[in-house]
Amino acid sequence: MNIATPTFEWLQLAPVLTVLLVACLGVVVEAVAPRAYRFVLQVSLVVLGLLAALGFLAVNYVNESVGILAEGAVALDRPTYLIWGALLVFGLLSILLFAERKLDNGVSAFAASAASIPGSVSETDSSAARHEHTEVFPLALFSLSGMMVFASATDLITAFVALEVMSLPLYLLSGMARRRRLLSQEAALKYFLLGSMSSAFFLFGMALVYGYAGSFDYKAIDAAVFTPTYGHGLLLTGAALMAVGLLFKIGAVPFHNWVPDVYVGAPTPVTGFMAITTKLAAVGATARFFFVALGADRWSWQPLLAAVALVTMIVGVVLALTQTDIKRLLAYSSVSHAGFILVAVVGATVATTSNYTSSVASIIFYLLAYGFATVAAFAVVTMVRDAAGEANDITSWAGLGQKNPVIAAAFAIVMLSFAGIPLTGGFIGKWEVFTAAWQGGYSWLVVAGVIASLIAAYVYLKVIVSMFFAAPAEGVSVGKAGLVTLVPVGVGAIASIYLGIFPGPVMDVVTAASIFLR
Amino acid sequence: MTVPWLTLLGLVPLVGAGALLLPIKELARYLGMFFALLTAAAGIGVAVLYTGGASLAEKVAWMPNFGTWWALNVDGMGLVMVLLTVALTPVVLLAEWKLDSVGRWTPQAFVALVLLLESLSLYTFLAADVLLFYLFFEATLIPMYFLIGGFGGAQRAQAAVKFLLFSLAGGLVMLISVIGLYVYSIRVLGTPSYLLGDLAGMALPTDVGRWLMLGFLVAFIVKAPMVPVHTWLPTATEQATPGTSVLLVGILDKIGTFGMIKFCLGLFPEASQWVAPAMVVLALISIIYGAIAAIGSSDMLRLIAYTSVSHFGFMVLGIYTFTSAGISGSIFYMVNHGFSTAALFLVVGMLIARRGSSKVADFGGVEKVAPVLAGFLLFAGLSGLALPGLSSFVSEFMVMAGAWSRQPWVGAIAALGTVLAAVYILLMYQRTMTGPVSEATAKYFTTDAGLREKWVAAPLIAVILILGFVPGLALKVIEPTTQQTMSHVGVTDPVAPLGEEGK
Repeated sequence: MNIATPTFEWLQLAPVLTVLLVACLGVVVEAVAPRAYRFVLQVSLVVLGLLAALGFLAVNYVNESVGILAEGAVALDRPTYLIWGALLVFGLLSILLFAERKLDNGVSAFAASAASIPGSVSETDSSAARHEHTEVFPLALFSLSGMMVFASATDLITAFVALEVMSLPLYLLSGMARRRRLLSQEAALKYFLLGSMSSAFFLFGMALVYGYAGSFDYKAIDAAVFTPTYGHGLLLTGAALMAVGLLFKIGAVPFHNWVPDVYVGAPTPVTGFMAITTKLAAVGATARFFFVALGADRWSWQPLLAAVALVTMIVGVVLALTQTDIKRLLAYSSVSHAGFILVAVVGATVATTSNYTSSVASIIFYLLAYGFATVAAFAVVTMVRDAAGEANDITSWAGLGQKNPVIAAAFAIVMLSFAGIPLTGGFIGKWEVFTAAWQGGYSWLVVAGVIASLIAAYVYLKVIVSMFFAAPAEGVSVGKAGLVTLVPVGVGAIASIYLGIFPGPVMDVVTAASIFLR
Repeated sequence: MTVPWLTLLGLVPLVGAGALLLPIKELARYLGMFFALLTAAAGIGVAVLYTGGASLAEKVAWMPNFGTWWALNVDGMGLVMVLLTVALTPVVLLAEWKLDSVGRWTPQAFVALVLLLESLSLYTFLAADVLLFYLFFEATLIPMYFLIGGFGGAQRAQAAVKFLLFSLAGGLVMLISVIGLYVYSIRVLGTPSYLLGDLAGMALPTDVGRWLMLGFLVAFIVKAPMVPVHTWLPTATEQATPGTSVLLVGILDKIGTFGMIKFCLGLFPEASQWVAPAMVVLALISIIYGAIAAIGSSDMLRLIAYTSVSHFGFMVLGIYTFTSAGISGSIFYMVNHGFSTAALFLVVGMLIARRGSSKVADFGGVEKVAPVLAGFLLFAGLSGLALPGLSSFVSEFMVMAGAWSRQPWVGAIAALGTVLAAVYILLMYQRTMTGPVSEATAKYFTTDAGLREKWVAAPLIAVILILGFVPGLALKVIEPTTQQTMSHVGVTDPVAPLGEEGK
């Protein structure tokens, strides 16, 4: 019997492997390093590890190595490069926020002892001893590695495993807030239960799709769609169930109910991390699944996704209107952005020699603009504080422009980018996704998107008005943060402007990545 | 290598705005004025260099894959708008020289925002690429939003939001059309392009052209405030400082009428003719409604805003008569309205600075204690009601002549607007300036116009008089644009060109 050695492209997969390896090293550090050194070791591991992963990615990119890797499990193509790069950059920026200790009296935003009951003696003891959970760093890295695989998976089993690898650490991280611990634990439980449910849907859908195509491989599913044998209903049901799992992770209506609660309950750095990276990975996986595996059947799923995109945009912005808590506002805003991204997915536009806009490229550009704005937004949220910790009520943000004009200006810039005002990255992103949708024949969705944009603009304007034109709120100030917070704020705000004024270079790179490898 | 004059022109105030980020406090006003005057000099330089056609056109790749270029060009209409902008900005800075800080909103921030706005407006008038135009069109909203929201009356934050939401709503409707143009440029031309030169000759399906044109038109109707989407303007001018209102009404709102000629007529000639009857009716409604609302206003700043609604009605009417007299008159009206409204707002600003109120009822008999100020107001008012000999008369006459030559009844209704104009201006003058000196007037009006205030009014009065007696100066520049627009749309004057009478 002849058993072929499985091929494994070490160098091409090095970015993912590095992240995994560093995460494992982080676990070892937890086990062997004395408590006093853990924090420094973990932070340096994260920074060096993610930079190394980016380095490997850059080497592969320069060598232009593309291909289906690891026995058909993972596709390394141009979109993968960009999504991995974005995941690593945004991962690094938002994990930096985990390391902020200056804002809160020398401790991080994470519970001193997450296992102890809130209000118990053991909690007070570990608080007094200034313990902190440095496991959050390897947890975030594990999640990040799962996201990287999820966005590039080309078979359903890999996708499902990656989905779980990315989700489980996030459930844990959500429950580890130092302040308002019950809220945080409730959020974690809610996220876990609903997340497990959505994974079950995904798994069930997988089984049905397998029943239809006889394979988990995207290419084989595509081939089966081209030459249908029987049971189109099986495919549709399977795809719909899988869509439930995917749309849950993206945070699209009607699977968005977890978003506001989890965003509010989780420690703000974790919220920032989730808001960007989960969306990146889930959108990447959704687009790949629908375009590569079900591209030939797009007449079946386009109308359904169009409806989802429509309600997601509208519900997201309308509910954001009524929020009084900045984190809930950002949560609903993130729901609405999921809708705008889905508008481009619905278009399913492919680049041609005369047309350079494509759904994939526009989605990636939108996610870049959204990511930079989001990382800066949540970093600023961690900085605005009153005596009890973060001041998340929007009324306490009043007059921030007078207390700290620079930080308020940075926040205003990212709000404008969220709103899609010209000269910010958000505008170019919106223009791209709308163009992609119109070219795919969905001009009515563009009209709906424009209406949603207008409502969204009002949402963000309200915050700007309150920051700059209202009388300053008592007892609230902008905390003196360390570089780990200020760097994400600065990078996010500057990148938002840069992407709006000089989108050309980034656009060229993104445009080159407009087709998934099959 | 040719010098990119147009880029440099917009860059001067932008550099000035950047320089004002430095902590220079007291020097800020002088530095701002320096850059504003430098821009004015650059504007005059461009006017001297301009020899017609595309003599100053620039084109640099920005996002070439998407058919988008950093393309600037100036034509006759663009040139007069540029000159209007560079002329009004230093006057506004001088008029607001004594502006007080409101919290962190310092005079330095005001000057920086004004220069930023000037730069963005100049690029808006110069853009020869639809996406570039859209970007600057929307970007001008940001400094204007902070100018209204940062400086002015108690309700300024609400006024700023109202202004921004109306403008954004219009702008987003235009975005739909901008995206549509991209899609159809690929379908019709085979390659994406946002260049005006490429799009102007594009043969669109009739219904598509009409829909896309409507998208642009909605944005411009909101911008040029026409009834019924004008309501943001009185609120904004009532709350903003008079200087801000000058920039808003005198320059920014002109983008509306400017855009109708450059984009609606330029890109969608068929659709523009199709919509003309509706626009004429809308313009007449604006003329009459604006005038009646002005008569009924108890606040001078709101009153001036309503007069502008009426005047914008004239400009729009001129455009959609599709006569050379009407279009030339409309473009000339944009310039004249800029100067005469600036004079009105700034003189009223001088009155408010003394009295601390903009209510008509709070004044009375001012001409006895402050004759120079009263004289300024009378002059500005007469310019507003288009007295013969002042520049606005020429343009208003040309618009009405154009309207008459197409449809006499349209000209007749428009003429009614000029009668009402006399009513609202003279009533305001009578109520505030004439009559016995009221107690409050005697208490607050201790000084007449100072030297600085005279220097604010002098250039405006001079321009209004010069253009009133020698309108050919401006009309000579405007005429080529009119002829080009007329031939592009494919219309000819109904009878012998009436425009000659205006000269």
